[in-house]
Amino acid sequence: MEIVLYAISALLALALLFGAILGFASIRYKVEGNPIVDQINEILPQTQCGQCGYPGCRPYAQAIANGEAINKCPPGGQATVNALAGLLDMEPQTLDAEGDEVPVTRVAFIREAECIGCTKCLQACPVDAIVGAAKQMHTVLADECTGCDLCVDPCPVECIEMRPVAVTTRTWSWPLPPNGALIATDRRGQMS
Amino acid sequence: MALINSRSSIRAGQTSPHKLALNSTQRVMGLLVLATLPGLLAQTVFFGWGTLINVLWCVLIALGCEALVLKLRQRSLAVCLSDCSAVVAGVLLGLALPPFAPWWLSLVAVSFAMIIGKHLYGGLGQNPFNPAMLGYVLVLISFPQEMIAWLPPMGLEGHNNSLSDAAFAIFGSGVDAVSMATPLDVLKENSSLTINELWQANPVFDGMAGRGWLWVNVAYLAGGLFLLWRRVFTWHAPIGMLVAITIMATLFWQGSGSDSHGSPMFHLLSGATMLGAFFIITDPVSGATSNRGRLIFGVGVGIMVYVIRAWGGYPDGVAFAVLLMNMAAPTIDYYTQPRTYGHHRANKGMPKRD
Amino acid sequence: MNAQTKLIATSERKIWPLTGGVHPAENKHQSTGMPIASVPLPETLVLPLLQHAGTPAEPVVAVGDKVLKGQLIARASGVVSAALHAPSSGVITALESRPIPHPSGFSEPCIILTTDGADRWCELAAVNDYRRLPPAELVARIRDAGISGMGGAGFPTALKLSSGLPIHTLILNGTECEPYITADDMLMREQAQAIIAGAAILQYVLGAGQCLIGIEDNKPEAIAAMRAALAESVDADKMEIVVFPTIYPSGGEKQLIQILTGQEVPSGRLPADLGMVVQNVGTAVAVKEAIVDGKPLISRITTLTGAALQKPHNVHALIGTPAHHLLQQAGLHESQLSTLVFGGPMMGFSVDRLDIPVTKTANCLIAATQAEFPAAPDPQACIRCGHCAQACPSSLLPQQLYWHARAENYQQLLHHNLFDCIECGACAFVCPSAIPLVQYYRASKGAIRTLEAKQAQSERSRARYENRLARMAQESAEKEAKRQANAERAARLKAAKAQEQVAEDDPVQAAIARAKARKAAGAPAKVALSGEQKELKIQLSMARAQAKKTERALSACVDDETTKKLTSNLAMLNEQVAKLEQAFEGGSAEVQAEEKRVKIARPALSDDEKKRKVELAMANAAVKKLQRALDGASDDDAATLKQQLADAEQRVAGLKLALEGRL
Repeated sequence: MEIVLYAISALLALALLFGAILGFASIRYKVEGNPIVDQINEILPQTQCGQCGYPGCRPYAQAIANGEAINKCPPGGQATVNALAGLLDMEPQTLDAEGDEVPVTRVAFIREAECIGCTKCLQACPVDAIVGAAKQMHTVLADECTGCDLCVDPCPVECIEMRPVAVTTRTWSWPLPPNGALIATDRRGQMS
Repeated sequence: MALINSRSSIRAGQTSPHKLALNSTQRVMGLLVLATLPGLLAQTVFFGWGTLINVLWCVLIALGCEALVLKLRQRSLAVCLSDCSAVVAGVLLGLALPPFAPWWLSLVAVSFAMIIGKHLYGGLGQNPFNPAMLGYVLVLISFPQEMIAWLPPMGLEGHNNSLSDAAFAIFGSGVDAVSMATPLDVLKENSSLTINELWQANPVFDGMAGRGWLWVNVAYLAGGLFLLWRRVFTWHAPIGMLVAITIMATLFWQGSGSDSHGSPMFHLLSGATMLGAFFIITDPVSGATSNRGRLIFGVGVGIMVYVIRAWGGYPDGVAFAVLLMNMAAPTIDYYTQPRTYGHHRANKGMPKRD
Repeated sequence: MNAQTKLIATSERKIWPLTGGVHPAENKHQSTGMPIASVPLPETLVLPLLQHAGTPAEPVVAVGDKVLKGQLIARASGVVSAALHAPSSGVITALESRPIPHPSGFSEPCIILTTDGADRWCELAAVNDYRRLPPAELVARIRDAGISGMGGAGFPTALKLSSGLPIHTLILNGTECEPYITADDMLMREQAQAIIAGAAILQYVLGAGQCLIGIEDNKPEAIAAMRAALAESVDADKMEIVVFPTIYPSGGEKQLIQILTGQEVPSGRLPADLGMVVQNVGTAVAVKEAIVDGKPLISRITTLTGAALQKPHNVHALIGTPAHHLLQQAGLHESQLSTLVFGGPMMGFSVDRLDIPVTKTANCLIAATQAEFPAAPDPQACIRCGHCAQACPSSLLPQQLYWHARAENYQQLLHHNLFDCIECGACAFVCPSAIPLVQYYRASKGAIRTLEAKQAQSERSRARYENRLARMAQESAEKEAKRQANAERAARLKAAKAQEQVAEDDPVQAAIARAKARKAAGAPAKVALSGEQKELKIQLSMARAQAKKTERALSACVDDETTKKLTSNLAMLNEQVAKLEQAFEGGSAEVQAEEKRVKIARPALSDDEKKRKVELAMANAAVKKLQRALDGASDDDAATLKQQLADAEQRVAGLKLALEGRL
């Protein structure tokens, strides 16, 4: 009986000791990290497009922090989903969007001849990437446009279209070799 | 003028370099097999035809297993089999197994190596463990009786260099071949005799490293030097292992008394030391990546081989040591990135998450 | 062989070994058999605006312009840019996109020059003694000559020469380590004096005490020629020819510095940080021609080689000469041509057209047969053999980079220093599994750059979004404040109305009057807006602008002048009124004018400043009004005039009310 007591008291003492060390360490070496919402927000593409159902990227970041699904950001594409999964230590989900998995970078373009200068798109643009004034023709700052589509619907004369950003020799880069995930023999195996 | 504007027959879109060196996986594997020939010859001479039959039989099984899995995975047989990696695995296992190992023992070892050790991990280039050593260890711990039974070397009572006996021993119901412990085993079991007494008492000892074993190891060393010369691998891993064994054996030699662990020369030239140093731990897939990493890998194997030989439960420990270091290889890789041109120090560990 | 070893023996300078490296078959002898030839003038020259690293040049010519040889046709458009000159005389026939030498095969803006065959030079400004000019002046001349690195990367030379850092060593790169290429080799053999002269100029510009000329030992003729030229030169004591063993890629800028000096260029920095500048021997000749002869960079030496050519050799090619024109000079066997490579076999790129022009960086065209450059075999699995790591001149781990590139694990790629890869191709060259390693690295670098650009943009977008939110919050707060202020004012107005008769000459009353006046002014404007006629609106805005101007002028003026101005305004307004009267029968305009007179006269009468201000404001309002009326009158638009007249009446009524209140 006595020996059991010894054992228990020894274990207790050890537990207290290690607990004290851990407690000390947690206070002494506390890491002041970014709050998780900021970290999520940094991964999101900041298009502020609202396609996730939230009014902007930060609200969606907040929602993710509260348990919302991480696959609702079509502009970010699968890369964003994967990055979020990495950050939150989750299984990467597939992107919840129809059509192209790899989003093509697009920017809004105003057909200026048709623009009546109603300023409705100016108000819709979440990043102030459209310049113009009432009765003045509007134009898009292509460098600042996030391609969120939000200006397309408000236009009463439908003079805004989304145009893919052209690849030039200076933005071009080699693609990964074909079938990057497969070796030649896999390819042959698939064919046979 | 059609030629000027667009010629679809001109090939474009291929990245540089446009011409490659005459190097191929087949060539690398072929050189490896070629370099095992002196060892194979020595082993056949000293331990009979069993080794040769074993090697052929193991190669056959390896090719068969590879073909089977490739078929299941719907890969092209011609391409994958022609890279000769299965042949190399078969040859190495055939050399490592005892000369009169029964056919089913080889079958278990090789099929395990090929199917579980290699293809279940994703095939060539994906396996974290040396497949041949996986197969070897499996049969070593499953069938210790068969695995420890080596034949008496040439020049000793019971030496059997009859081809038919060998074939019968392997494929038949077994011949009552005289089996004999290896020098490493004898030395390990010895607790009462001094080294000199032991050498005189047991005929398996002869010269520095035991009858036959010396020449087998020298033959492997020659093959290894050939591979070094052909730059199939770098010197780092083999030299690391041999130096580590030498140092360990020197440190723990304990003279020539009854508790001696044997001289450094004995350890270098006995058992599977040279086979391991030049043919097993140089397997690039499961080893470390950088030169420094390979050196550490080799040293690790060397130390562990000696530890297992001197104080472990098995007479030789190359296979275990290799597998243990295989497990450590990714970690070694993380900490042995070479210093890149223009950098003050090498990057270590995992990339920092921001 | 004997000569070669002797040469190495005589170079006493210590050299350092290259890390890694490979020995590809040299294939240089094919194109060194003939001297550098000149090529007949091509009919058209295609001059891409982007032939260098940086931003494209800006054309300064238009279609149809006649240009002379050496005339500027496109100027540098920024710091990192290079000018472009007409390589021959002729007519600019087009400014359009044409395929340029680029691995993407894309088209880019080019200037198309149709030559006239006269090949007439423009006037050249030669410098007799460059040592009399300050280095900055020489750098400007080099910049104006459009010189960019001739070795391959095409970095604008002037920029390299003006780093602002102290330079002690100029390194001339005569390495030419790539197989097949012999342009620099032949240049050194034939124009050694020009190279030495160019090096002396560069040394003077940089203020570099020593100049090392690095040449691989596989060019004994070039070494001999250079040694002879150096011996004759007056600058012999400051220059040294260093010969070192042939190994690829010793000609890389960083690698050459390592071989010659044992130092390493820190990652992400420039050789200038070590006090060194590396220039190609071809660049040195271009610099010499730009300074001593005043000639801009309009031609270069290009190696034409490959098994599909009958007589491979080097040519003086005008920039912009289409590839087929050159290849035909070298006897192209069209049927055998399988790959056309710009640059060398290790780092060059293949193109699928023959009309692509030679640019300032095109040191070699390889017309290869199928047997010469066979299609890359299908890649096999990586067995991590490590041959690539042995070959890598940057001590990278190509097999690990490959692994992470396939997994698109960018963090790991950066951790393994992907961006220190110089894409020399040594790893892919030795790979037994024939994996296109360089392509993996190039793709990953591109992906990482894109990702970083995207992240930067998203950071910007977020800032803009947050600014917008803040602005909108502020706006709505202001609106709310205004609304409250208006409500208060209305309440006060009500109270004031009650006191109207009682209180006189009170600042409060004045304020109320102001408010009333403003209100009165606002009301007609609204009426005008409701008109919805575009013309009307334009007039309105113009009238407003003018009114504002007048207002500003009035408020700025002292009393006497104000009165003067007001008087003149009055005269003008009277005229307008007269016009209005002419247009209309009604006498309401007269009333307005009368009112005006009364109002304008008043400031002189009143003493109180505040009161005067109120008067001014009211006068302004009247001016605005009448201006509008004037505009309407000139337009002969009866309806508009009527409208304005009505407005004016309303205004007058409002003013009357205000005046009454004040008095």
